[in-house]
Amino acid sequence: MPSKPITSVCARAVYVPGDDIDTDRIIPARFMKCITFDGLGKYLFHDVRKDESGADKAHNLNDPRFSGAGIILSGNNFGCGSSREHAPQSIQRAGYQAIIAGSFAEIFFGNSTNLGIICVTVGDAKREILAKAIETNPQLQVSIDIDAGEICYGEERMECAIKANARESLMSGNYDPLDELLSGANAVEDVAHNLAYMRRV
Amino acid sequence: MAKSLFQKVWNAHAVRKLANGQTQLLIGTHLIHEVTSPQAFGMLRDRGLSVRYPTRTFATVDHIVPTNEALEPYSDPLAQGMIEELRKNCLENQLTFFDTNTGKQGVVHIVGPEQGITQPGTTIACGDSHTATHGAFGAIAFGIGTSQVRDVLATQTIALGELKVRRINVDGALGPGVFAKDVILHIIRLLGTQGGTGFAYEYGGSTFEAMSMEERMTVCNMSIEGGARVGYVNPDATTFEYLKGRPYSPQGAEWEKAVAEWSAFASDAECAYDDVVNINASEIQPTVTWGITPGQGVGIEDFIPTIEGGRTESERESIREALEYMEFEGGTPVKGKRIDVAFIGSCTNGRLSDLQEVANHLQGYQVADGVQGIVVPGSQVVAQIAEQQGLDKVFKEAGFEWRGAGCSMCLAMNPDKLVGNQLCASSSNRNFKGRQGSPTGRTMLMSPLMVAAAAVRGEIADAREVFGVKVA
Repeated sequence: MPSKPITSVCARAVYVPGDDIDTDRIIPARFMKCITFDGLGKYLFHDVRKDESGADKAHNLNDPRFSGAGIILSGNNFGCGSSREHAPQSIQRAGYQAIIAGSFAEIFFGNSTNLGIICVTVGDAKREILAKAIETNPQLQVSIDIDAGEICYGEERMECAIKANARESLMSGNYDPLDELLSGANAVEDVAHNLAYMRRV
Repeated sequence: MAKSLFQKVWNAHAVRKLANGQTQLLIGTHLIHEVTSPQAFGMLRDRGLSVRYPTRTFATVDHIVPTNEALEPYSDPLAQGMIEELRKNCLENQLTFFDTNTGKQGVVHIVGPEQGITQPGTTIACGDSHTATHGAFGAIAFGIGTSQVRDVLATQTIALGELKVRRINVDGALGPGVFAKDVILHIIRLLGTQGGTGFAYEYGGSTFEAMSMEERMTVCNMSIEGGARVGYVNPDATTFEYLKGRPYSPQGAEWEKAVAEWSAFASDAECAYDDVVNINASEIQPTVTWGITPGQGVGIEDFIPTIEGGRTESERESIREALEYMEFEGGTPVKGKRIDVAFIGSCTNGRLSDLQEVANHLQGYQVADGVQGIVVPGSQVVAQIAEQQGLDKVFKEAGFEWRGAGCSMCLAMNPDKLVGNQLCASSSNRNFKGRQGSPTGRTMLMSPLMVAAAAVRGEIADAREVFGVKVA
């Protein structure tokens, strides 16, 4: 059963500055001592938001002006490091539907797309303009359209990019590939049969 | 047409094109552990699906295992719950589980090769980004997310777009006191933390040809730190020698056949690469990270960069953020930074040869006052052989704690954690903010011998000086 197609998202955005935001930063390992993803949303960016006493740090993610945002705007190589799906799971469970970044680490990008999170890239200069616009007006509605490949806010628009296969998956509602993979079971058997090591064990 | 190993293995495992243009790729060998698999089994149960090829999934427990308490229940009930969940899932689905009572448990990327499960020309996936380690054998090994763990369990396949291949040639002999760890830290520093995005890294050239399998694993292990999801070395006589006689290696008449098959997967001499990088081994120094990404490294003789030295605004901002977090001043020598903890272990550098190298130099030295030194063998097999060789005694006499096998302080999901802003000289793979369990803890990555040198001096030091390793 395909999921609901995802073509666009329109929401307020929060800026999480910095390049190389790794998945340990998105969800520290100590919160992964769990056997389900339930409840991970509340630990999103925990150590970015909280100091060691548990008090809020000064950060956009704690700023009430940005609460309820549905889009994260960040830097280059977002989601690098660990393959933990706990990272996009916590992002989604905290209410975010899309991420705009300079670039994405590969495993994170795949994990996010499989969950139906839109991940689009925008160059450094334009991201800076967008960050300023959000900062100036936290109520700004930012709309990402992956069909048109553009981001619109206020009277402004800018181009954004997304990998072709991710766009196709999201727009067709087939971003969770399991059904399609299951339907290939016979072909899988043929390929497995031709591999000596699959026969050995 | 001449092909790279990547293309040959990919073609042999490609099932069909999917509607979105990706490929349904058969994953011959699936490795699982307790952190990223329980949700996948839950998803299978929710869908009423079973494990499609139970003989091709192998499990072990590594991330949450305490290294200083052997008896269950563990003092951390969450950890106990996770190990029990994995036991239950393996039992219900009849999967091979290298549990703590088998004598074979350990870090998943150490166990696979050690048992001979990791073989050339195969595809391997594991819900862990350091899965590229297995590429040292000429396997194409992917780190995957939990939904993909579910996909492999249910279908033995994943949906994936094909990667480009970058050949990284390193030629020449490494200097004394320069190790595989320095080679990969040097490569990441050179090509950047996202330089490898979209690429598989093929490591070649005389330096890699001369490396042992364990050294090749250290290099492939950290491919992801350079952005490359896959890294590999073409299989050769060193590979086959390592695999011969291991529990899951082909035996008898099968062995010769397997070696012939494996050899055929090696990249053809005249194959085309999407990119080629050439590095001279003589330019690689013992390397230490000073910042909060594995690309922020310098030679041990060098100085920590200054903010002004950054070439772009974003680089200057990255340096500023790293210096602030690490509490370092730009322009100061990396040598001499006081450390609190010295950690030897992890899937990067927790193998027997890592421990042997350090033990060969450590006799007669003592861990400095105020420094906690911890040695965590990568697996129970590593621990057992090391103990037979008396390495544990060398470490203990020097003042190191000799622990049980696991991931331990690499990511601190067990009780081994930094406290406050402690600075750790670490043989692991990531120096991210908070990585070693304290939100303000600080990590400097380096080779195991450099960790030992730092432990002995109480500060970042050149192992060649500390232990009198002769510089040619």
